[in-house]
Amino acid sequence: MNLASLSPLAVLLPILGAALAFLLIRHHSAQRAVSIGILSATLLLECLLLVSVWNGGTTSVTLGGWLPPWGVVLVVDQFSSLMLVVSTVVSLAVLIYATGQGMADGDQEAPVSIFHPTYLILVAGVSNAFLTGDLFNLYVGFEILLTASYVLMTLGGTGPRIRAGVTYVVVSVVSSVLFLVAIAMIYGATGTITMADLAIKLAELDQGTQNLLHVMLLVAFGIKAAVFPLSFWLPDSYPTAPAPVTAVFAGLLTKVGVYAMVRTETLLFPGDTLNVPLMVVALLTMVVGILGALAQSDIKRLLSFTLVSHIGYMVFGLAMSSVAGLGAAVFYVAHHITVQTSLFLVTGLIERRGGSSSIDRLGGLAKLSPLLALLFFVPAMNLAGIPPFSGFLGKLGLLQAGVELGTPLAITLVVGGVVTSLLTLLAIARVWNRAFWRKPEDAEYPDPVLLASGNVGVLPRTMVGSTAGLVVFGVALTVFAGPLFHLADGSAEIMLDRSAYIHSVLGDAVEVPALPQTGGPK
Amino acid sequence: MSINLTLLIIMGVLYACGIYLILERSLTRVLLGLMLLANATNILILSTGGYAGLAPLYSKETNPEAYSDPLPQALILTSIVISFAVTAFMLGIIYRTWVLARQDEIQDDLEDVRVAKTPSFDAEDDAIVPLETSEFAVTPITTTDRSHPEATEKPHTSTTQEGGSA
Repeated sequence: MNLASLSPLAVLLPILGAALAFLLIRHHSAQRAVSIGILSATLLLECLLLVSVWNGGTTSVTLGGWLPPWGVVLVVDQFSSLMLVVSTVVSLAVLIYATGQGMADGDQEAPVSIFHPTYLILVAGVSNAFLTGDLFNLYVGFEILLTASYVLMTLGGTGPRIRAGVTYVVVSVVSSVLFLVAIAMIYGATGTITMADLAIKLAELDQGTQNLLHVMLLVAFGIKAAVFPLSFWLPDSYPTAPAPVTAVFAGLLTKVGVYAMVRTETLLFPGDTLNVPLMVVALLTMVVGILGALAQSDIKRLLSFTLVSHIGYMVFGLAMSSVAGLGAAVFYVAHHITVQTSLFLVTGLIERRGGSSSIDRLGGLAKLSPLLALLFFVPAMNLAGIPPFSGFLGKLGLLQAGVELGTPLAITLVVGGVVTSLLTLLAIARVWNRAFWRKPEDAEYPDPVLLASGNVGVLPRTMVGSTAGLVVFGVALTVFAGPLFHLADGSAEIMLDRSAYIHSVLGDAVEVPALPQTGGPK
Repeated sequence: MSINLTLLIIMGVLYACGIYLILERSLTRVLLGLMLLANATNILILSTGGYAGLAPLYSKETNPEAYSDPLPQALILTSIVISFAVTAFMLGIIYRTWVLARQDEIQDDLEDVRVAKTPSFDAEDDAIVPLETSEFAVTPITTTDRSHPEATEKPHTSTTQEGGSA
């Protein structure tokens, strides 16, 4: 038996764990043990999947006895297994952080009993979205993770969270409806919703219909991935949620959207029909996002804007549809999930130590808590793309691919990417100068918690430990950047080739249509 | 593939009303709009299955050509369940908004409003620092005066007059 046939467990384990955690709703410590245990088991399974796919190639699992193209299939290829591993590492770190926060707060602030089952459902939805080979099942995966995220976003039901939650829910539902309309139209046009089968049948449609379906899918995924101009909802809704929830949302949810865009661009609609609009959108996302970040004084909101901005890099890599560009984008996704999540976790710690997350009310944290300063400094420099961190390597890969492509638009994007990187450094340096380097008394409106002498607001060891673990994982991505880039380039090559994916689902006898050459390289 | 015109018209009306309603500021109307959009989409999925036929897989004698397509109906069932759950959750949120704020409208983000009102003048970066640090009286005729015209407004009234006459 192939190890990859265990891949449904990556979805099933968290769902069963959620059920178990729900049964244990009155036993907090048992609940914590169950969710951490289940998530660790899932992570172990996904590491095995990654190894098995790395050695044995793309594998598909048919569910329920309905053969593809009728039934639902799960497909494990290098990209999806890499995403699974990175996402579960991040979720596990955030879960440990959240339990630490729950223990420190005495479980009074938020209903932690609901947190654990919902969180596991969220992880199941993310895994399902990464694994599925069926367009409608992708929709179901999105809905699982979104519904869980609605609950997590409004945890505790306070005024600001409800206000942010309303925006978030309405925008997400509208994007889901758009996605569903696209699925209905695709089914009407081709008579199938299995992605491998669609890869063959969509190519037989005329170009106008193809473009319509293509744009509809990209708009639906663009809202989820927060690509400008569809990114307005993100900085409004993310910062109000509890710190661990914001961290996992920032790390994972937008990346699921990016993942779906990558599948659309490589598997369903290969070729370069929409590359030019995608590149323009990528440039605008980068620049507008980072300009928004510069205007913020709240660290969480500032980080939300950098999140939007850096989605632009991934879309840029995707829009080049070359092995180098896509490989760099895959690497960048893995890097960005880790770094963005660790920054949000550190912000949670800052809030706890300094009493606020506004840079007008903070100061002197470098002296008050050197460990906190270190934990912030490393991922912050990583995000800004300072050598030798993985952020630099990912951006370098993207810029090289852009220069290789050599069109005027690609060169503009290269320049835009460098400018965005520098502006990110500026935004991060502003936070550093104000919150960490100046004296606490210099703060405009210093927070009482910050000025209180003595050992106020001691950071729980679990929270610091899990944050440090994630920061170290981010540094490990830098240390092992060589093998990781190799893996990313390999997965990009396989995705652009498509035949491994299609053959693993539909059998080797199927003929893979050649890539359409519409306008040549643009 | 044949298309049922009645269903198509109903779908169009539902979409139009749904889009109109989600553009409102009242949360209850937004919720109604989302429900209409979801139902319109269900009708769209139903119409992709083609003509209404016999029950599939029910007896072996039925000609496969006479089946109605079962897949869209399975999709609709799933999407009905999902929209049901989301609607219930939205109702909970709307009720909570009412309990907290006694209003049914989408509220502006306070931080957004604050950032929008912030002037571009930043006390730390844009203030003219040399004026504050000098412990001597500012002498009217120096080279630095030109870069800071407002610092020496009074002694140089004559220059502005010259500029005006020229």
